[in-house]
Amino acid sequence: MSRKISDTRVSRRTVTAGIGAAALAGVAPFNIGRAQGAPLKVGVLLPRSGTQAGIGQDCQRGVDITVGILKQMKMPDLQIMNADTETNVDVARARAEKLIADGAQLLVGAFDSGQSTAIAQVAEQKGIPYVINIAAAPPITEQGYKFVFRNFPTGPMILRDAFLNQKEIFALVNDQPKTAVMLHVNDTYGMSILGGTKAMFPRFEMPYKIVEEIAYDPAARDLSVEVAKAKATNAEVLIAVSRLNDAILVTREMIKQRWTPKSVLSIGPGWYEDQYLKTLGKNADGPISFVPWYDPNKKATKLLEDALAKAHAGIGLNTNHVYTFEALLVAADAYKRAGSADPKALADAIRATKITDNVSPGPGIQFDAKGQNDQLKCSAIQNRGGKLVTLAPKASANAKPDWPLKRA
Amino acid sequence: MIGRILRDVPRRTLVLLACFFAVLAAVPFIAGDYVLTILILILYFAYTGQAWNILMGFTGYLSLGHALFTGLGAYSAASLFVHFGVAPWLGLLAAIPIAMAVAGLMGFLAFRFRVSGVYFAILTIAFAEFARIGFDHFAWVSGSSGLFLPVAQYAHNDLWRLRGNPMMFYYIILVATALAFLISYLLLRSRTGYFWLAIREDEQAARATGIDTFRYKMMAVMISAGMTSFGGVFYAFYYNNLFPEQVFHIARSIEIILAPMVGGIGTLFGPIVGAFVLETASEGLRVILEAFGIDVPGIKQVFWGFVLLAIVIALPEGVWPWIARRLGLKERGP
Amino acid sequence: MPLDVYLNVAVGGLLTGLVYGLMALGLSVIFGVVRVVNFAHGEMMTIAMYLAITLFSVLGLDPLVMLVPIAAVLFVFGYALQAKLINSFITRPEHSQFLLLVAIAIILVNGLLIIYGPDARNVQTSYSFDSFEIGRLIIDANKLYAAFAALVVTALLFAFFRFTATGTAIRACADNHTGALVVGLDVKKLYALTFALGSACVGAAGVMLLMIFDVTPALGPAYTLLAFVIVITGGLGSMPGALLGGVLIGMTEALAGLLFQPSMKSMFTFAILVLVLLIRPQGIMGRRA
Repeated sequence: MSRKISDTRVSRRTVTAGIGAAALAGVAPFNIGRAQGAPLKVGVLLPRSGTQAGIGQDCQRGVDITVGILKQMKMPDLQIMNADTETNVDVARARAEKLIADGAQLLVGAFDSGQSTAIAQVAEQKGIPYVINIAAAPPITEQGYKFVFRNFPTGPMILRDAFLNQKEIFALVNDQPKTAVMLHVNDTYGMSILGGTKAMFPRFEMPYKIVEEIAYDPAARDLSVEVAKAKATNAEVLIAVSRLNDAILVTREMIKQRWTPKSVLSIGPGWYEDQYLKTLGKNADGPISFVPWYDPNKKATKLLEDALAKAHAGIGLNTNHVYTFEALLVAADAYKRAGSADPKALADAIRATKITDNVSPGPGIQFDAKGQNDQLKCSAIQNRGGKLVTLAPKASANAKPDWPLKRA
Repeated sequence: MIGRILRDVPRRTLVLLACFFAVLAAVPFIAGDYVLTILILILYFAYTGQAWNILMGFTGYLSLGHALFTGLGAYSAASLFVHFGVAPWLGLLAAIPIAMAVAGLMGFLAFRFRVSGVYFAILTIAFAEFARIGFDHFAWVSGSSGLFLPVAQYAHNDLWRLRGNPMMFYYIILVATALAFLISYLLLRSRTGYFWLAIREDEQAARATGIDTFRYKMMAVMISAGMTSFGGVFYAFYYNNLFPEQVFHIARSIEIILAPMVGGIGTLFGPIVGAFVLETASEGLRVILEAFGIDVPGIKQVFWGFVLLAIVIALPEGVWPWIARRLGLKERGP
Repeated sequence: MPLDVYLNVAVGGLLTGLVYGLMALGLSVIFGVVRVVNFAHGEMMTIAMYLAITLFSVLGLDPLVMLVPIAAVLFVFGYALQAKLINSFITRPEHSQFLLLVAIAIILVNGLLIIYGPDARNVQTSYSFDSFEIGRLIIDANKLYAAFAALVVTALLFAFFRFTATGTAIRACADNHTGALVVGLDVKKLYALTFALGSACVGAAGVMLLMIFDVTPALGPAYTLLAFVIVITGGLGSMPGALLGGVLIGMTEALAGLLFQPSMKSMFTFAILVLVLLIRPQGIMGRRA
């Protein structure tokens, strides 16, 4: 996918250069040489209405608490400019243009891979740095972009850590399951995990073999058939790749169909989210999720937890808040070091990011040449009594696994 | 051809049209990329609306599945580009025939078995949904993982490979919209156009007068699909990523048809006027809400829904026929 | 795969299909009489589901009890909608009616988002996780209750149309619009009543479906489409057809999911739909117009 398409060659078919220059002059340098001290204008794009409204609004909670925390961390002030992408690529692109026209000096967003790609193109053309909060599709950082950064693991990274953490847990509980059935949603995320599994599985020498892969539609209304099919394989563990609603549906069906595998190993969202815990009550206990998470032992985590508890009582800290916060942290940190809001200086500063006082597991925030944080670690977390504990990796663990799954 | 247009069309309309086009052509010199992006959206929906209008507006067959044809166009050209480096203009040579062939199949089944009215609409939805799920499982175009076109720094506009800045895309869609308008005009004034209108007004009577209704309906659905597929090619190279869930989704089909419905079905200016009205209303509402400091997700869409409601209640024929009457212009209404 | 898996899946598909059938029944009744296709059908169902959420959190009523008041609220909503808005669109072309209902649908989806927020909501009853075990057959209690309620509601509706004077008058409107006018029936009022009944149906179905899955504001459009598919398959305007269509689609999806990759199961639904449209466009139980 890295084929370069004529980025240097001047073509005779090129639209007249004069027109281009005129257009560029029209959007002149509104953001060059702003004095340090003025807040950095950050445009935040999130899908707060439409089908992804739930996640978008959850990420927004992360945005809302961030400004205060940055003050506590003695970071420069950010002026947040919110925009709703309406879960629509057209809107995402137009909003990005609008934010930049309104003076945004840096963009953050947008949860979804499609919308993020649309925004990335705008940012790249305008030369405005763009920090992606959440989006796992690998191609985004494989395009040779110079102004696009992602502090979120790609599908293969999530998977690699899932396998490593699973092995850690199997060793801890001294049990090596022999068979697994994989139930996965057939969307961008589900496919990237499935594809990754096929490619990487042999290298990790996992104790189990996957006896069947069952794909279901992301818009599925009823998952009784899928669960019946999974149950019929008699596999020891269920590996789930889901979103929120389907995770709840699968759990209900498992209870109704009286199927209790040794464990549910979920790679991705759904099984640990607030809504899941609230909806299922004590039936939510047990599943282990392998996700980009936070390190409960890090100092900044406490700040974030407290701020969230104050602003939204009853909502537990999760991936959405953490990675949205960190995207904004990257922005503030770069602004501090660059000493100016000049987009090029900001981008250079982001490239040189080295934040160790952060929230996500791993050595901290830094970016490789492609703008990807390749040092991120994912965690294994377990639902326990409506709370979440971290089981692995060892460095950020705060509990021992409950094994096997017990159901009333 | 030009001579005929000059002879047939009232001078007032021509002058108005020329002014309108001139203003649009001049926009990039005065406006920034944000305005261009909005105009690209408007013209995109004007273009696809114009293409859809050939089937619904001229022949009276309501398609609620035109995302099928944008999707087929987008995926044909994009996959050829990704896999073989085929430039989109050559890709069109595959995209258009593919869309036309599928439209032909759909039309053949529908018209042979006399499917019409609501049933035809549902059939088009079924085809689009079938394609959506099918493409979700079509590994060669990366299925539901999404097809990503390689993008690099746009140091220069490359018109041949459709890599460039919004201005380039703006001019492309502007020319396409103008061409679609012209084609629609010529078709409507042709023998075929008269047969289409006859079918729309009374299909049985049309058949009774000896019109081969099957043949002309097939022409309508295939021409409409072929034109629509270019919209898809444009979409693919403008956004550079495709997901079956998005491009074939029924919401996309509905977006395509809103502009001509609001503007005035069966009219030439309807799709353009409708696209302007709807997108301007959407952006205007955002500006107003922002001015009042209201940031409630979903509230813009509620107001927008009311705008739509008001238009459909107050102007049953659409916005354009109403404007045209005011301006003293005549265009054949629906 | 053992036989009992097939049996379990088929029974599940049958029960879900019955509830889908009830939801689609509303659409079918409305089209059969008023000749307007309700493109806001799924959105009206989500209104009922959210009403149930509110009632449940305030009064703690069981969904099966809430069925009646919520169906009544939807009845009033439907009556008002038809009397105030749709009646003036009866003579307008289909696409105009379509646009009207799409506008209403957009307002409803986003209005619900503003009022209730984006998160999935549901009700927790004491039997939320229950299932009955009969030999090797495991039946979901919620689906069973919901399917039973669907049958009762359908029977009531059927009785209304067959045995009451108003029901007969409505059928007369459907059969012969001009004739109904000639004999002095207040057609507009009967239309409003029909739309109200259809709305009540989808309201009842919404409450029952809430026992099976959670509601989000964006749920509506998918169910509008599902209702369409079922009604066209069963026969637009035919009451038994809607139930039969629901069961057929429910079972097809269930068995297709079992035999093939479940993510492809909707393809079979659309394939059936296309076949019905081509071979028997009036639907399995429909009459030729």
